[in-house]
Amino acid sequence: MAIKSLFNEMYEHGGAVRPHYGAFADWLHNTAPEKIKQNREAADLLFHRVGITFAVYGEATGTERLIPFDIVPHIIPAAQWDVVSRGLKQRVAALNAFLHDVYHEQAILRAGKVPADKVIENSQFRPEMIGIDVPGGIYAHIAGIDLVKDGDGEYYVLEDNLRTPSGVSYLLENRRMMMRLFPELFAAQRVRPVDHYPDLLLDTLRNAAPVGVDSPTIVLMTPGNFNSAYFEHAFLAQQMGIELVEGVDLFVQDDTVFMRTTQGPQKVDVIYRRIDDDFIDPEAFRADSMLGVPGLMRAYRAGRVSLANAVGTGVGDDKSMYPYVPAMIRFYLGEEPILKNVHTYMLDNKDDLAYVLEHLHELVVKEAQGSGGYGMLVGPTASKDERERYRQRILDAPERFIAQPTLSLSVCPTFVDKGLAPRHIDLRPYVLSGKSVNFVPGGLTRVALREGSLVVNSSQGGGVKDTWIVD
Amino acid sequence: MLSRTASTLYWMSRYVERAENTARILDVAYRMSLLTKDPDLQDQEWFAPLNITGTLFPFSGRHAIVNCKEVLHFMALDTDNPSSIYNCAKQARENARAVRGTITSEMWEVLNATWLEMQNMDEDRLYARGISAFFEWVKERSHLFRGVTFGTIRRDEAFQFHRLGTYMERADNTARMLDVKYHVLLPSVEDVGGAVDYYQWSAVLRSVSAFEAYRKVYRDIITPLKVAELLVLRDDVPRSLHFCYQDIYEILKKVQNRYSLEATRQAGEIYASLQFGTIQNIFSAGLHEYLTDFLEASNTLGNEIHQAFFAPSLPAAA
Repeated sequence: MAIKSLFNEMYEHGGAVRPHYGAFADWLHNTAPEKIKQNREAADLLFHRVGITFAVYGEATGTERLIPFDIVPHIIPAAQWDVVSRGLKQRVAALNAFLHDVYHEQAILRAGKVPADKVIENSQFRPEMIGIDVPGGIYAHIAGIDLVKDGDGEYYVLEDNLRTPSGVSYLLENRRMMMRLFPELFAAQRVRPVDHYPDLLLDTLRNAAPVGVDSPTIVLMTPGNFNSAYFEHAFLAQQMGIELVEGVDLFVQDDTVFMRTTQGPQKVDVIYRRIDDDFIDPEAFRADSMLGVPGLMRAYRAGRVSLANAVGTGVGDDKSMYPYVPAMIRFYLGEEPILKNVHTYMLDNKDDLAYVLEHLHELVVKEAQGSGGYGMLVGPTASKDERERYRQRILDAPERFIAQPTLSLSVCPTFVDKGLAPRHIDLRPYVLSGKSVNFVPGGLTRVALREGSLVVNSSQGGGVKDTWIVD
Repeated sequence: MLSRTASTLYWMSRYVERAENTARILDVAYRMSLLTKDPDLQDQEWFAPLNITGTLFPFSGRHAIVNCKEVLHFMALDTDNPSSIYNCAKQARENARAVRGTITSEMWEVLNATWLEMQNMDEDRLYARGISAFFEWVKERSHLFRGVTFGTIRRDEAFQFHRLGTYMERADNTARMLDVKYHVLLPSVEDVGGAVDYYQWSAVLRSVSAFEAYRKVYRDIITPLKVAELLVLRDDVPRSLHFCYQDIYEILKKVQNRYSLEATRQAGEIYASLQFGTIQNIFSAGLHEYLTDFLEASNTLGNEIHQAFFAPSLPAAA
């Protein structure tokens, strides 16, 4: 397979520094390596002390690890970001319209733009939501849209995350750390600020309150302190000044949700839940869930409490739905998609399946319902053995997989053991939908620290970088 | 504040206090056992820690004999004994972890570091370090936690529930310790003034850091009556029942809600009996009976606190 050329975020093909990296390159050139080394160590120490850790599944219980932080920022020129941000607004608006539609008129299915069976038979489609009106018609209040840049320097959407996207606390902490360690960098140029994210989020959640509730009580619901993202849950609750609750703290009476406080039961109006649909209410979904609140769905369907995100958003971000997002944008908004989709092979289609089995060595194959980078095959880097085993899995249940060409993913200089070296990155902006669509400029940049690796997930050895939008 | 958060804070402090008390009790038993040359009598001393903490039954279920080595291991390091110092340090840290957003980072760091060190402790290391040195360490960590807490936490509801846990645990411990020691020492009362008796009672006082207080208050030889008075009725000795209940009552008034009137009333009743009681009356009715009643009332109050603050699932008034 022909190696496509890589897009380097900092350097042009000839080796010249791209203009928007100019100020940073000057700084790098003029700063003693010892000082940079010292600051990199200081960053590690600070992250440890503050306890910005995540739990790793599959390791001994309670294992807490640090996400490696790299000090070379991912810089994006403002003009380029403005195009991307329009694309994000457009995409999330279409996805919200789609979610409203599939739980109401189902116009897009009747028009044949999205295959009805793929929606209705999808395990993430929640019949309980049919005909239910959610405040403002918003389903995905918080969306994480994963973007990558291919060799041509153009952005592609890799996937949409409409359930409980995580990582935004790293976005905030990365910036805080950079400003603390290298204030001179921020004096040298204008970097658009991001630290108002908790305010925007709180505002979005307020807007999600049931009709008629003026000053809603908002809580953040976590599965508990053994969840991999618990640090983030605690962090966001603290930043917004709202209670961090677990299922046991809530109960439902007369279709109203209350939290148990030392001053007695207190009514709850909006729940920012960081727990999957399956687990939120043992009466409605998985009966064995110890994390949920019995009766929550009753209260929700009665419109007495709002959930962010809404129940049933999973049908919009499922990988089998992804290929149809451009069609959704055209159908609901009458516009051409601003952000490109990656070409996707659906393995329940005979021709696609045959092609994919022939070209496993050059494709990326994913489970339609997987997340976190678990259970995917990166053809070009997998061993022959791994590919054969994966082939067997595909043949057992082709409809559970999708495949995409291996993108070359842009690289950004990153500090590794032997010094600065290019490593692959992606970008996850967080899009907030309420009365209006809001986000902080940029997003979370994840970096695959292993040489050549395309997997940026923190659970798979990925690190993070600060992301700068510069004017 | 969330009920679960309040409950977690309350138990976090109870575990810290329990670890400290257990270290004190074991330290005293250890010193007492050194006073006698007779090995049988030495072993006798090790019944007291088990009796005080009410763990004789689970202990005897797994150990055939009561002696220094066995009891020390059971109460300090045993991972299967929920009240061992090891497990107290673990539980304190786990509870702190669950309310990290509520306590200060300094409080968290003390409990986390204590647990990390405790985790590496085994019998060999304990003996290598020295038994008394280990108890000193446990007490110091508890002192440090108390100091850091006072120096860093906002005086809000979280602080109140933290203090409530400390005093409930401490009152319980002082009462048990006095009851068991009094019972054990009683047969030798005719010996008043004897050397062994002196050491026994001074050890009791030392186990609650009240030896110097006794000297200052009474300027007299150590008698059982005065020891009991000091530890039950004095309002200025930080481990006395009176002192503990003064704070418990004040805290319950501060955090009261519409479910907690009964808890406040019960605490007030106990507090009043400590405020206005005399040691002569207590002794004429029997110290053991008095302490038994106290422990029962204290236990009932604990349940009432749980009902009022930690599990309020009662319907909201319509």
